[in-house]
Amino acid sequence: MGGYIPSTREERAQMLQAIGLETPAELFSAVPEALRVQKLNLEPGLSEMALSRLMRGVAAKNRVYRSIFRGAGAYNHYIPAVVSAVTSKETFVTAYTPYQAEMSQGVLQSIFEYQTMICELTGMDVSNASVYDGATAAAEAVNMLVDAKRRVALVSETVHPMTLETIRTYAFGAGVEVKTIPAKDGRTDLDALAGMLDKDAACVLVQSPNYFGLIEDAQKAAELAHANRIKLILSVNPIACALYKTPGEVGADVAVGEGQPLGMPLSFGGPYLGFMATTKALMRKLPGRIVGETTDNRGGRAFVLTLQAREQHIRREKASSNICSNQALCAMTAAVYMAAMGERGLRQAAEQCHAKAAYLRGELTQIGFAPVHEGPFFHEFVTACPVDKQALVDALADKGILAGLPVEEGILWCATEMNAKEDIDELIAAIGEVLT
Amino acid sequence: MKLLFEKSVPGRGMDILPPLDVPPCPLEEGLGRETAARLPQIAEGDLCRHYRALEKRAHGVCDGFYPLGSCTMKYNPKIDEQMAALEGFAGVHPLQGAESAQGCLEVYARAESCLKEITGMDAVSFQPAAGAHGEFLGLLLIKAYHHDRGDLARTKILVPDAAHGTNPASATMAGFEVVSVPSTANGRVDVEALRALAGADTAGLMLTNPNTLGIFDENILEITQIVHEAGGLCYYDGANLNAVMGVARPGDMGFDVVHLNLHKTFATPHGGGGPGSGAVGVKALLRDFLPDGQVAGKMGSYRFERPAKSVGRVKEFYGNFGVVVKALCYMLSLGAEGIPEAAAGAVLNANYLMRALEKGGYETAVPGLCMHEFVLTLEKLKHETGVSALDVAKAMIDRGIHPPTMYFPLIVHEALMLEPTETESRETLNECAEAMVEILKAAYAAPESLHACPVTTPIGRPDEVAAARNPVLKYGF
Repeated sequence: MGGYIPSTREERAQMLQAIGLETPAELFSAVPEALRVQKLNLEPGLSEMALSRLMRGVAAKNRVYRSIFRGAGAYNHYIPAVVSAVTSKETFVTAYTPYQAEMSQGVLQSIFEYQTMICELTGMDVSNASVYDGATAAAEAVNMLVDAKRRVALVSETVHPMTLETIRTYAFGAGVEVKTIPAKDGRTDLDALAGMLDKDAACVLVQSPNYFGLIEDAQKAAELAHANRIKLILSVNPIACALYKTPGEVGADVAVGEGQPLGMPLSFGGPYLGFMATTKALMRKLPGRIVGETTDNRGGRAFVLTLQAREQHIRREKASSNICSNQALCAMTAAVYMAAMGERGLRQAAEQCHAKAAYLRGELTQIGFAPVHEGPFFHEFVTACPVDKQALVDALADKGILAGLPVEEGILWCATEMNAKEDIDELIAAIGEVLT
Repeated sequence: MKLLFEKSVPGRGMDILPPLDVPPCPLEEGLGRETAARLPQIAEGDLCRHYRALEKRAHGVCDGFYPLGSCTMKYNPKIDEQMAALEGFAGVHPLQGAESAQGCLEVYARAESCLKEITGMDAVSFQPAAGAHGEFLGLLLIKAYHHDRGDLARTKILVPDAAHGTNPASATMAGFEVVSVPSTANGRVDVEALRALAGADTAGLMLTNPNTLGIFDENILEITQIVHEAGGLCYYDGANLNAVMGVARPGDMGFDVVHLNLHKTFATPHGGGGPGSGAVGVKALLRDFLPDGQVAGKMGSYRFERPAKSVGRVKEFYGNFGVVVKALCYMLSLGAEGIPEAAAGAVLNANYLMRALEKGGYETAVPGLCMHEFVLTLEKLKHETGVSALDVAKAMIDRGIHPPTMYFPLIVHEALMLEPTETESRETLNECAEAMVEILKAAYAAPESLHACPVTTPIGRPDEVAAARNPVLKYGF
C-alpha cells in the first residue's frame, strides 16, 4: 500500500462510511476549492527495490577516501562496532522526546548517563541533553550569557569560521553585538583581549584546540574575563578533553563543543551533536532539555525531564531558548562510544591523535612543508605549501587520499588514530611525487 | 535500575585501538588534565545488556500505538535507514569539496525539488536541524527582508494563542516582540482581531494550518491577505503538514516562508528527541537571504552557493544530511499519488478515531470533521469525578498505548490531543477507542483507581516537583 498505509482501499471505504462520508475528497471539505492541488508534479512512487537501486547509484557518485588527513570541524575516528549495534535498536530510533517518564525510563536514564559523562569529560557541574551541533552550542551559550545590560560577545578570531558565522547570525536575531578578538601567531591575542573587557561585554568565547589546532591559554582568558565580571565560554574537542586541562579546570563558565568525534560518522556534516555544560551557578540559564533523578510514588529511582520552567512549551516567548527537538540519538551515540572506549581508551585515542599529528608534522617539515605556527597543538596544524594548493589536493585525491584543507596560510592538516604510520608514509611519498 | 557507573569495575573494558605505531609524543608541561574522567569500565557484553535493558524500559513507534498529537509518530521505513547508512553517504567528509560529493549535493537538489512542489515554494534550505531551528531561520529571513528595504519599524510577530510554544520562543530569539492573536470559539483565527492588530509594526504572522486543534482554517486566504496588506510576511509552521501534503500547498495559501519537520511529515524517526530536520522553504522574495550553502547547478556539476544577501548560517556545514537522505527516500517511495494518499489516510484515521471516542462518551473541543488530529476536552470528567486528563493519559500507559499530547493547546481545558497518523490499522484505532472508553467508565465507577495509574510500568508516577527543587543532574560518584 502507498504511504505505508496498512488498510486496504476497501477497509478505508468502510471507515469513511463509519464517519458518514462517501468519498475521500469529503475529508478535505474545509479546504477551499481554489486551494486544492489537482496532481503533484512528481514522479510516480518507487518500489523498495527500485528506490534502493536509485539511491545506491546516487551514493556511488560520491568519493569515499580511504586515507583522510582533513578535519576542520569533522573528524575521522574509529567507531567501535558496539556503537551502531546499540543506537540502531528500534525502540531508541523510533521513540519521541521522553515526555511520559513512566514509559520512557530507558531513554531518560541514557540521557542522564550522557550528561554525567559530559560533566566528567569537561569538568563541569551540569550538562544539558544536547543541542544541534558545536556551532549552535556556542551561539546558544552567547544567548545564555548576555543580559539587558551586557549585550556584547567577544569571540576569538581563532574559532572555527562556521562557529563564528553561526554566532553572528544568532546575534542578528537577538540583537547582540559580536566583537572579534584578534589573533596573534595563530592564537587569541590575550593582550588585545585585555583591552576589550568593558562593562558592555557579557562573555568571551575561545576555542581550544582552536581552528588551527593550537592549544590556547584558556586559563589566562578565564582570569582576564573574570576580573571584569565577564564569563568565559570555552569550546573544546571532546577527544582532546581526555588529555588536556578541562574547561572546569581552567575556570570556564560554559563548555561547548562539537560531539561528532564521539562515535558519529562524517556523514557530510550531520547529524552531529552539540554538547553544552555549565556551572551550578548558571544551571537555570542553560538551554535545552535536562534530565534529573528523582523518586517515584513507589519510592524507587526515577528519571524525568526537569527544570522545564526554562523551556518553550512552558514559558513561550520568555523561554531561555526555543529548542525542542535536539540530537538525542546522537547523544546516546556519544554515551555508548565513551562507555565502550572507557577513560583508558579515550585517552589512548587522544594520545594517538597527538602522536600521529606530531609524526605527520615532522615528516611534512622534512619535505619542505614548514609549520606556520609554533607552540602546543593537538591533532591539527597548518603548514606552508610550496606548490599550488589545489594542484596538490587534486593529485592526492587521484590516489584516494584526502589532503589537508587549503586555508589562507597554507594547508590545515589533521591526523587521528585512523592514520596508520604506513598511511602517513604513503602520503609523504605521494607528495614527494608531486614535488618532483 | 543501576547506572552504567554503578556497573563499572576498575580494570574492565574493551580493547578497541591497536598499539601506537609512531613515536609517542608527551604533552608539554602544565597542559595535561589533573583528574581522569570517571567513564565506565565495562565489558562489551555487559554494555550490550545494559542498553538492552534500557530499551525494554522505553516505548517507540515499533512497540505500539503512539497517538502523540502534533508529533506525527508514523512508521519509519527501514529502507530509508539503510540508505542513509550507506558508506557512500556516511563516509563523505563535509569539506572534501562539491566535485567529489556530487551524490550528496544531488540528494539536496532532489529533496529541494520535491519539497518545492509539495509546498509551492521557490527555494529550500536544509540547514536547520529541527522544527524550532527552522522557525528561527524563517523569522531571521523575514527580519532581513524588512531591514533590506530599510523598514526597521516592523518589530512585531503575530502568533495565534493556539500556536506551538516554539513559535513565540523563536520570535523572541529572532528579536521580535510577540503579539498574541485570539482564536474564535470554534478554533479559527479571529479575523477581525487580526485586522485590528496588523499594521505598520507587523513584521509577520506565524500560523500553522491545520492548527493545533486539528482544524483547517477556511479563512486562510483572507488571513494572509490581511497580513500582506499591512506589509507583513506570512510564516507557515509546517508541523501539521501531514494533514494536507499533496492536497493543499502553503505557497498557494499565501505563505512566504515555511518550515517542515522532516522527522514528522516525511517519516524520519524521532530518535528519542532528535536528530530531526527543519527544512525551510521560501518564495522568491526571500531567496536571496537564505543561508550559505544552497545547491545550484545541474546533475553532475552541482555546486554550493552563497545567496547574495545571505543571513549567514544557523549551523555548521549544510544540515542534518543523514536525515535528509531518509526524507528523500520517503518522498521517492510515495511519489505523486502516495503523498496525498498518506494525507487522506491520516485525516481518515483521525476522524475515525474521533468518531469512535465521541460515540464512547468523550467530548471534542471543536465539533465537526477534523484534519489529521483532534483535541478532547475532559473538563466535564474532571469536574464530575476528579479524574484529570493526566489520569486518563497515565491509564492509557497501562493499556500499552503512548498517551496523547496533554494540556495542549493551552486554550482548551483538560486537553488531550490525538494524532493517529495514516500508518495505523483500523484494529489499532478500535483497540485504542475501546481502551479509552473503558477508562472513561472506570473514571465514573472508581475514580480513585485512576489516580494510581500507571501500575504496569517499571516506575510509578515520578516526583517532578522534587526533581526541579533539588536538581540531581548527574551521577554522584
